[in-house]
Amino acid sequence: MAVVSAGSKSASILSRKRGPIGRLLENEWWLACLLLLPTAVLLGFFIAYPFVKGVLLAVTDAKVGIPGQFVGMQNFEAIWHDGIFRVAVWNTFAYTAITTVFKLAFGLWLALLLNRDFKGKVFVRAFILLPFIIPTVLSTFAWKWMFDPTFSVINWILLHLGLISQRINWLGDPHLAMLSVIVVNIWRGVPFYAISLLAGLQTIRPDLQEAAAIDGARPWQRFWYVTWPLLLPVTMVVVLFSVIQTFADFQLVYVLTGGGPANATQLFATYAYQIGIGTGLLSQGAAISLAMFPVLLAVVVVQLLYIRRVEIH
Amino acid sequence: MIEVKWRRWPFFYIPLSAFIVALLFPFYWMIVTTLRPDNELYRPWNSPNYTPFWTWHPTLAHIEYLLRETLFTTWMLNTLFISVLATLISLFCGLLAAYALSRLKFPFAGTLGTGIFITYLVPQTLLFIPLADIIRNFQLSDTPWALILTYPTFLVPFCTWLLMGYFKTIPKELEECARIDGATRWKAMLYIIFPVAVPGIISAGIFAFTLSWNEFIYALVFLSTPDEKTISVGVTSELVRGDVFYWGSLMAGALLGSVPVAVIYSFFVEYYVAGLTGSVKG
Repeated sequence: MAVVSAGSKSASILSRKRGPIGRLLENEWWLACLLLLPTAVLLGFFIAYPFVKGVLLAVTDAKVGIPGQFVGMQNFEAIWHDGIFRVAVWNTFAYTAITTVFKLAFGLWLALLLNRDFKGKVFVRAFILLPFIIPTVLSTFAWKWMFDPTFSVINWILLHLGLISQRINWLGDPHLAMLSVIVVNIWRGVPFYAISLLAGLQTIRPDLQEAAAIDGARPWQRFWYVTWPLLLPVTMVVVLFSVIQTFADFQLVYVLTGGGPANATQLFATYAYQIGIGTGLLSQGAAISLAMFPVLLAVVVVQLLYIRRVEIH
Repeated sequence: MIEVKWRRWPFFYIPLSAFIVALLFPFYWMIVTTLRPDNELYRPWNSPNYTPFWTWHPTLAHIEYLLRETLFTTWMLNTLFISVLATLISLFCGLLAAYALSRLKFPFAGTLGTGIFITYLVPQTLLFIPLADIIRNFQLSDTPWALILTYPTFLVPFCTWLLMGYFKTIPKELEECARIDGATRWKAMLYIIFPVAVPGIISAGIFAFTLSWNEFIYALVFLSTPDEKTISVGVTSELVRGDVFYWGSLMAGALLGSVPVAVIYSFFVEYYVAGLTGSVKG
């Protein structure tokens, strides 16, 4: 006790020698303000301000270079009655739902495979993450080339496997274009799921598995009653993250199809880009972007509630 | 665990190999296309001499064209400059904010932490239109600063979130000892806490760098002169003329544009994975 009080005394002597700024920095409240200032300025300028500005833009008829007049909810009404917007909404939901299911299934499968011991595991794990770290735009170009109507290597493989006899126009047919976009998104997302879930799997103590095995649980029972419940918190967070990213996806579709053919792969973001930047209707583009907000907000709220619940338990 | 040997094939080796082939094939295809001469490249898929998986006449012509006739090196340097600066700014802001939010007691600390987490989840596509307007008003359009200042908006929340997790694992006693020895809060933070968090800082830095290297929509919207573009935008807009795709040089660009990220990644795989999983778990 004596040592502590002597120590704090010497500290207080030292702090008395400091100037007013030094003393201010000893106050947790002031120090916190100072440390948070750069982040607050940055996020204020480039997140909060654009958000407010986006809402203000969406209720005017601004175009590039023209400030625009207040028009109320007209933009939102216009996009509500816009057939292409409705297609984009439907596409975005379908795209998000389908890719998420497959990314989770394949990601979990791959994570379970990687969780076993085998030679070269470190290498495999490192290489498998490549689709996720390589710039999406660049790897999507490789896919675009693989889907090329005349030079497609995928068609060549399918032909030689005896699965097709006619060429498949992957990106030219509306249904196949959506399928292609979904395939590429799954390809890009599986490594992220696999590596995150693998990290979750590694925190599960192996003796739980062994105990279940001794009690006579079959492999799939061990997975369903031991592994899966323990993995659920990580899975939830990974899925919610990925849902947000997928829902707001842009680059993959922009490169692969540009939203076509005939808007078959149009998403919120690609349509907002086409209207807001392509045709210069800033206000309507901002309205389309903002239409994503309620959905994103709902996902974030679910995520926060879930994290809080996990923390309490 | 005891396991019948033959069962390792259908349940382990075959699915794992299938995953590896499916995940890595596009990169192999990128490499083969880059090295393939044009007359071999443009053979229709069903022609008898279509040799998909190798080439007997490898050539560096596409890479040469890319480096000599296009602005590829400029784009690489632009991207490098922007990514490094954006990463440094984000690390600086993120470090300070994470320390404040995880180790200081002040009103609303929890609320602010949640606020940072929410901005971490804001996708770029939500705000790019009003942000483009703001960038124009600040006269930043078509300069690297448009990206250097906006990339931290998604990097800072991520760095802060990751580093908060790191700081929370450092025992409070470590700092208290230093304070008892007469160090100020400021010095305890700089000389005691930050050095202990170096692995976390590296993870955050690597991750932030690859995220800025990969960013697309801001770069696409804020930059318009070919000289100012980043890799992904340059390759997308300048290597495609009208409807004609120069696949050889496009794939060469995609390949070389991926190299820096891949190299950094290969040196810091463990840090990268720690960053990835840490960012998810928080």
